[in-house]
Amino acid sequence: MAQTLYDKIWDDHVVYSDENNDLSLLYIDRHYIHEVTSPQAFDGLRINNRKVRRPDLTFATVDHNVPTTDRSLPIVDQISSLQIKALENNCKEFGISLFDMNDKYQGIVHVIGPELGLTLPGSTIVCGDSHTSTHGAFGSLAFGIGTSEVEHVLATQCLWMKKSKNFEIVLNGGLKNNSNISSKDVILNIIRQIGTSGGSGSVIEYKGDYISSLSMEKRMTICNMSIEGGARAGLVAPDDTTFNYLRGRIFSPRNESFERMIHDWKGLRSDNGAKYDRTFSINIDNLAPQVTWGTNPAMTVDVDSVIPTPDEYSKGNDEEKKSAIKALKYMDLEPGIPITDISIDRVFIGSCTNARLEDLMEASEAVKGKKVSDSVKAMVVPGSQQVKHAAEKLGLDKIFTNAGFEWREPGCSMCLGMNPDILKAGERCASTSNRNFEGRQGTGGRTHLVSPIMAAAAAIAGKFVDVREWV
Amino acid sequence: MEPFRNLASKVVPLDIANIDTDQIIPKQFLKLLGKTGYGQYLFFNWRYDENGNPTENFVLNLPKFKGRQILLTRENFGIGSSREHAVWALKDYGFKVVIGVSFADIFYNNCTKNGVLVIKLDKNTIDDFFSTKTDDDFEIDLAQQQIRINSTIYSFEIDPTIKNSLESGIDEISKTLQLESRIKKYEDKKNLTVQPNTIL
Ligand code: SF4
Repeated sequence: MAQTLYDKIWDDHVVYSDENNDLSLLYIDRHYIHEVTSPQAFDGLRINNRKVRRPDLTFATVDHNVPTTDRSLPIVDQISSLQIKALENNCKEFGISLFDMNDKYQGIVHVIGPELGLTLPGSTIVCGDSHTSTHGAFGSLAFGIGTSEVEHVLATQCLWMKKSKNFEIVLNGGLKNNSNISSKDVILNIIRQIGTSGGSGSVIEYKGDYISSLSMEKRMTICNMSIEGGARAGLVAPDDTTFNYLRGRIFSPRNESFERMIHDWKGLRSDNGAKYDRTFSINIDNLAPQVTWGTNPAMTVDVDSVIPTPDEYSKGNDEEKKSAIKALKYMDLEPGIPITDISIDRVFIGSCTNARLEDLMEASEAVKGKKVSDSVKAMVVPGSQQVKHAAEKLGLDKIFTNAGFEWREPGCSMCLGMNPDILKAGERCASTSNRNFEGRQGTGGRTHLVSPIMAAAAAIAGKFVDVREWV
Repeated sequence: MEPFRNLASKVVPLDIANIDTDQIIPKQFLKLLGKTGYGQYLFFNWRYDENGNPTENFVLNLPKFKGRQILLTRENFGIGSSREHAVWALKDYGFKVVIGVSFADIFYNNCTKNGVLVIKLDKNTIDDFFSTKTDDDFEIDLAQQQIRINSTIYSFEIDPTIKNSLESGIDEISKTLQLESRIKKYEDKKNLTVQPNTIL
């Protein structure tokens, strides 16, 4: 029977299927760990006197809590420091590789997995973090899990799963779009159309000429935010772009064994005639830059339009209308205001969605030779040490700092503000991250999600601008 | 995990759709190293004002809702971050059951692993609960898959495996470890080693 890419990866990892229900025990090839969702899992192991089954397939880093300022100074927040310490101890005790705060490979877990060559096509990957969907860009089945499941994978290297539905999203056009339109605009527009629960219970496979034309970094941005569309995972079939990205990375297989793997990986695509439970297609010719106005990522509009009324947004759905009213109040916005009239106080360029080298290069283009608006505080937080160094080699740090941006050490930073990088109540931020929930970047803070170049241009202008006209 | 026991309680009606886990437990409380103690921070940003005083109208602060063990909500509850702390907070606060129209996948899984029963009902029923049943006793019967309110019975669906694990409270890891030989066989068949190519 014709199979989807998801079906193929699934079948290849079933260790056992329970006949009495539709649960399967799946083998997990890679388990990524960070400091926030793991301490209770390790505790569980200790209480029950269990070991980590495959420490060699488990990789840890610190990202959520770490300060992004000078790393040689002690961490001010005692509790963060405890959590980081706890991870160090747990990794030592259970024999797990850790890229710690001073490691040259440290970074956001979803940035370092791919760049180290740990994320490979056709594999299963989990992490106690919902944006694990990022790794699906390599044609790997990658999804976020809770702490109980982290403990289960540590102990057994397996996970009980019920198969999700197959959801196909075909992306056409866009090849002649203005070069300032990015994959962030594409995924925001998709979420705007399918809603935050549109992908619920599904694994989304992205297909079409547009996705094939994208670099790995841009594919990652799209897969990253699949979770914001409610999906468990996003997938892109691996191709030459994928193989070339992986060639020569630190943990990538080498030489003949790599070529042999490429041969196998070429079979990782959906068969003709494979059945999907749902199909959605989108033509992204003429797509405008996207900006969120509300408190979930589906509350998105084109930069050249206005804040919608709750009725326009909710299209007759009462609950959505209530959400929109609540969101407008929280965001302190009125329907009818042009997006380009909204001034901002802060700019955050970072996160596992948009803090890779290409993101920083694009953002720097909008900044070169200009100055950040006097009313704006702006920062760039590279996704990893490797990204940071590569960017510095290209002189991007100078471009940003000369313009008045802060240039920080890698981590999650203001994506969720567990470290000192937070918005003050009432502050409005143009952010390249993935969630605009109430208080996400700091209690009372107001987040507008945008692409890196949109965020960079907003920093200069002090308000949102249409980057298609930006020179 | 404690086995789930049937219970009777009134509900706490939280009449908001699309509640994300950042609202259920804001990130500043994710730094504890244990699984308990999160109840005091549940819905923190809605429950307290800037000065740390309880907000007047938020449901959890209204005396009549104190001690109720069932949370009634709407569509799309638990979206966003995978943090299991959201469930630990609900549980620690005293909620044993959450009833709503729909739930995010990871949140749903996290509930079942912590002995919290999640019941999905259609929108009309939930609308009716919100408008007419917020002061009625709900009798939750997992074995029968029923909610009984006064003399009306509402049946609900639940995956048999989840039902079973809630009823037995059996540790899932022990169950999986019984399949050790199959896991081993799978590992032997595949070449799973990872080796760095340079000295790290
Ligand atoms: S950058 Fe943000 S979304 Fe990504 S892993 Fe860190 S906190 Fe989560």
